[in-house]
Amino acid sequence: MATRHDTAALPSKGGAAPGRPPGGSAPMNKEQRRRAKLSRRWQRDMRWSPYAFVAPFFLLFLAFGLFPLIYTGWASLHQVELTAPTDMNWVGLKNYTRIFDDDFFWNAAKNTLTIGIISTVPQLLMAMGIAHILNYKLRASTFYRVAMLAPYATSIAAASLVFVLLFGRDYGMINWALDFVGIDPVDWQGDKWPSQFAVSSIIIWRWTGYNALIYLAAMQAIPQDLYESAALDGANRWQQFIHVTLPALRPTILFTVVVSTIGASQVFGEPLLFDANKGASGGAEHQFQTLGLYLYEQGWVNQHLGRASAIAWTMFAILIVIGIINQLISRRLRASS
Amino acid sequence: MTTTVTPPETSPAQQQKRPRLPKSARAGGTLHGGPIAYVILIVFTIVSLFPLIWTAIAASRDNQRLAENPPPFWFGSNLFKNLEIAWKDANLGEAFLNTTIVSGISAATIVVLSTIAGFAFAKLRFKGRNALMLIVIGTMMVPPQLSVIPLYMMVAKLDWTDQLQAVIFPSLVSAFGVFFMRQYLLQALPDEVIEAARVDGASSWRVVWHVVFPAARPAMAVLGMLTFVQTWNDFLWPFLVLTQTGNPTVQVAVAGLGRGYTPDQSLIMAGALLGTLPLLLVFAIFGKQIVGGIMQGAVKG
Repeated sequence: MATRHDTAALPSKGGAAPGRPPGGSAPMNKEQRRRAKLSRRWQRDMRWSPYAFVAPFFLLFLAFGLFPLIYTGWASLHQVELTAPTDMNWVGLKNYTRIFDDDFFWNAAKNTLTIGIISTVPQLLMAMGIAHILNYKLRASTFYRVAMLAPYATSIAAASLVFVLLFGRDYGMINWALDFVGIDPVDWQGDKWPSQFAVSSIIIWRWTGYNALIYLAAMQAIPQDLYESAALDGANRWQQFIHVTLPALRPTILFTVVVSTIGASQVFGEPLLFDANKGASGGAEHQFQTLGLYLYEQGWVNQHLGRASAIAWTMFAILIVIGIINQLISRRLRASS
Repeated sequence: MTTTVTPPETSPAQQQKRPRLPKSARAGGTLHGGPIAYVILIVFTIVSLFPLIWTAIAASRDNQRLAENPPPFWFGSNLFKNLEIAWKDANLGEAFLNTTIVSGISAATIVVLSTIAGFAFAKLRFKGRNALMLIVIGTMMVPPQLSVIPLYMMVAKLDWTDQLQAVIFPSLVSAFGVFFMRQYLLQALPDEVIEAARVDGASSWRVVWHVVFPAARPAMAVLGMLTFVQTWNDFLWPFLVLTQTGNPTVQVAVAGLGRGYTPDQSLIMAGALLGTLPLLLVFAIFGKQIVGGIMQGAVKG
């Protein structure tokens, strides 16, 4: 931001401006009036056009972002039924006490956390490793990059339905392969940790390649000199990775962690479609029900939109807390570097 | 997503070769990958592609074959039959048309609005600019899931259930797009160019049209692609307001097939395959450009 455009750029006197007739023969005061009018219009343009440019976004955001978010809080204090979503009865904090008393809420909160960790940590670690390998000079490097983006192009719906079959207990490919190497079949649907792992694997599969490309781009932006001077100092490749690559990637890593955390807090489609019973309970014992799915179950299966709103606002509060913690951590990191 | 496009640069490594050190001592972009690197990459590629290939294999079998051990490893003869049935059962013809409309409108609108707003934030001075930009960044952190209930009430009130505008309107908000274009234009559009256009007497709208849009074209393409893919694959909101029999998007139709009550797995796989194929084809054809676009989306903290 070097210059101010609003004052600096009045049309200059002799400028061959396209919108101006070239004739200089008009009487002086007419010319002056015309210029004054032009410059008034100019100032108005300079002053208001920035607001006109950002207005569409903010209007849409107000209507479809901010208003619904706040109104969710209002609805969470009411009893609202799905069948008559416009009838609202004030119930105060009852929706909140209801869900906090519900074991399935705490179960869903725990599952969201564990599925979030199981899906995010291996995903980002693998993405980092793959990016590191892709940063070498390779034959057919474009092919690998495009191939690992294929899962990103696959929708949650399609991917989840395929993984249901692959993780099938009796006839699934994965149990068949485990059997092949002498491991007993796993009940990927019914058992708690296997089912959470299976749901997480859908997320890992879809996002690892994309994150690898983001890491790779950041790695390629690291100046080669840094590696050379590290090598001159006697750092081996692993030390170079630890002391040159990782510090340079810190903002990128932070960014992917934030995005993955927000994504993990919202997991919905994968556990919904992974459930063989086609309900919204996340398995017979709610073993892989996430908060997103719990919200859907309360709102659209049990038809309590008010209660679902209370869940949404609780999730919002959790996200804000996470955001603050994240902010504190990144400030720490920045201060220490 | 907070990626930003940076104008392409050639890395210093490509510009100059320095033979000072033995090659084996350096990590980073100049080193050739060894056999282990290739093995890992090939395994990873197989894991990435296998579920998709197996979708096609399962779609070419029948329900009975999928309930036998071992699972099929090669194509059967039912592929086209299953695709045809899935196409009809899941209402996929209408779903493709709908999804194309929704994703197209959403991507085009977001690209144009984000470019204009991003330009204002990057290059114009106005009161409240920084505060407004902070709001934009803040909204990126709020998941859309938290807003679905009032939106659902609105849709019910407006009688928009099963209508495409119920899906289109909420999809037009993209704080990410504004941020993305701002970051790009900060670097890619020199102040002097705007200055020159101003001196020529161009109004702000003319500047946008003749200077900003041409300069922003690469980033607009990337943003459009990302938005299109995201909207195409969007699941929760369309699932709430559209029904499989009414006016579905592809994801609603495919999910409806999976949640039907007489599950024929080979049909479900055929539906999943059909729903995935268009984007996969686009990625196969424009793979290099798409990878380049995401990669240029180098990340800024």
